[in-house]
Amino acid sequence: MRLQFVFGEVWNGLRRNSTMALSVALVTFVSLTFVGAAALTQMQVQQLKDAWYGKVEVSIFLCPPDSYEENCAAGPVTEAQTDDIVAVLEEGNVSDLVESVYVETREEVYDSIVAADDSGVYSQLEPEDLAPVMRVKLTDPEEFQVVADATAGLPGVESVYDQREVFDDLFDFLNAATIVAAALAIVMMVTAMLLITTTIRLSALSRRRETTIMRMVGSSRSLIQLPFMLEGAVAATGGAVLAIAGLFFGTQYLVEGWLTGSISWVDYIGREDVWSVAPWLVLIAVGLAGAASLLTLNRYTRA
Amino acid sequence: MIRLDNVSKVYTRGARPALDAIDVEIERGDFVFLVGSSGSGKSTFLKLVLREERPTNGDIWVAGRHLNRLSSWRVPHLRREIGAVFQDFRLLPNKTVYQNVAFALQVIGKSKRDIKQNVPEMLELVGLAGKERRMPHELSGGEQQRVAIARAFVNHPPILLCDEPTGNLDPGTSVGIMRLLDRINRTGTTVLMATHDDEIVDQMRKRVIELKGGHLVRDQDRGVYGLETV
Repeated sequence: MRLQFVFGEVWNGLRRNSTMALSVALVTFVSLTFVGAAALTQMQVQQLKDAWYGKVEVSIFLCPPDSYEENCAAGPVTEAQTDDIVAVLEEGNVSDLVESVYVETREEVYDSIVAADDSGVYSQLEPEDLAPVMRVKLTDPEEFQVVADATAGLPGVESVYDQREVFDDLFDFLNAATIVAAALAIVMMVTAMLLITTTIRLSALSRRRETTIMRMVGSSRSLIQLPFMLEGAVAATGGAVLAIAGLFFGTQYLVEGWLTGSISWVDYIGREDVWSVAPWLVLIAVGLAGAASLLTLNRYTRA
Repeated sequence: MIRLDNVSKVYTRGARPALDAIDVEIERGDFVFLVGSSGSGKSTFLKLVLREERPTNGDIWVAGRHLNRLSSWRVPHLRREIGAVFQDFRLLPNKTVYQNVAFALQVIGKSKRDIKQNVPEMLELVGLAGKERRMPHELSGGEQQRVAIARAFVNHPPILLCDEPTGNLDPGTSVGIMRLLDRINRTGTTVLMATHDDEIVDQMRKRVIELKGGHLVRDQDRGVYGLETV
């Protein structure tokens, strides 16, 4: 009986305050879309890091003939120097950070350059003009600097290059985008909470006669307040559902449909990732409505 | 049924007390008029009994409960023992007569069966049988007050508080309302009625408690409205 009464009241309240309920749903929709977008961007960053950092290597370029680098003044790298560098990596202080060392011969380096050269710029190049390159895979890619410091000045080393540098600008951009989305999400969530507070207050004021009678005849405070709380929660959850739908279709058409077609070498997040964010969005919506109810209801429906 | 021991109520510190050292005992089944001019403390008296306000000093017992020690989550249980009727009826304009009365039972969790049984009985008692589907605006003032009384009494509370129930009604209609309240009182219900209506008080010759400036100045069985003015 009470449950039926509560749902009846919620329905009546939403019907009477339909425009306010709609505005709550829309503001929650926008704010939670930002929250979801921030979360998905971070998931994308993490996914890219996992995928790329696992693949990237530290490249130690050894001295080729005719190098202008100071460290290569003694001439091209010798086999003994190469062995010393390998020994530093595999047996020195940094050995626990090194997963594997592969020495690419000058022929292999030549082949990979020629294979990637569509323009013909490197057609005059001969394997003898090049030096071998060491490809070092790290157990933790974040520890690049330690390995670089240990090898940079060694005889026969021209330069040390971390492939991660290629991606860092992209990650910096994605991280900045996450912060912007999160900041906007916070502003929008505050707005949503204020709007829910106003909606609940208006709803409570418009039904003051009902709540007064309920108090007088001995209705419990929870029964008086529950319909208002549920109204806020229903409107906010509506917003969360819209946000989930927006993120779902956004991911489907923008990421899976468009980005995957135009930049195919990137490992993108997918619609299944939206599902992992979805319960949190609903939880945030209900939490927002709950907090707004607590702020408002004790004052307007006192027992 | 209702007992006030040395009860005072001060709303603002330093201001004159709304009630000052009141001692009253009302027995089960009593019919009591609470009289006095505006600002004499009648409404405060009723609010204290309903536990809408707490006393500044003194102790209050209502329906076996010591209100000073009653936690706020138990207040709803107290209010199920008290029916309240007001001068302005306080009906829900978008509900029918039947729905207005049923509302009081719905919100305290009564079953559909209870509601189907009690509401028609109550409407019969207050003389509104056949008007179940009417909306409040389709009723006269007297009929609206009957609906309000039906709503207050549908749960059969042992106490009925009435705050100027005839204040908005013409004398003829008021008599009908008083007959109804008298009938309810004869079922064993304690009726405490705040009023300005001297004719009614004089006709009914019930117990009269008179307040003046927050003080109890008269507590008289079979009394009239005002000794000084009569």
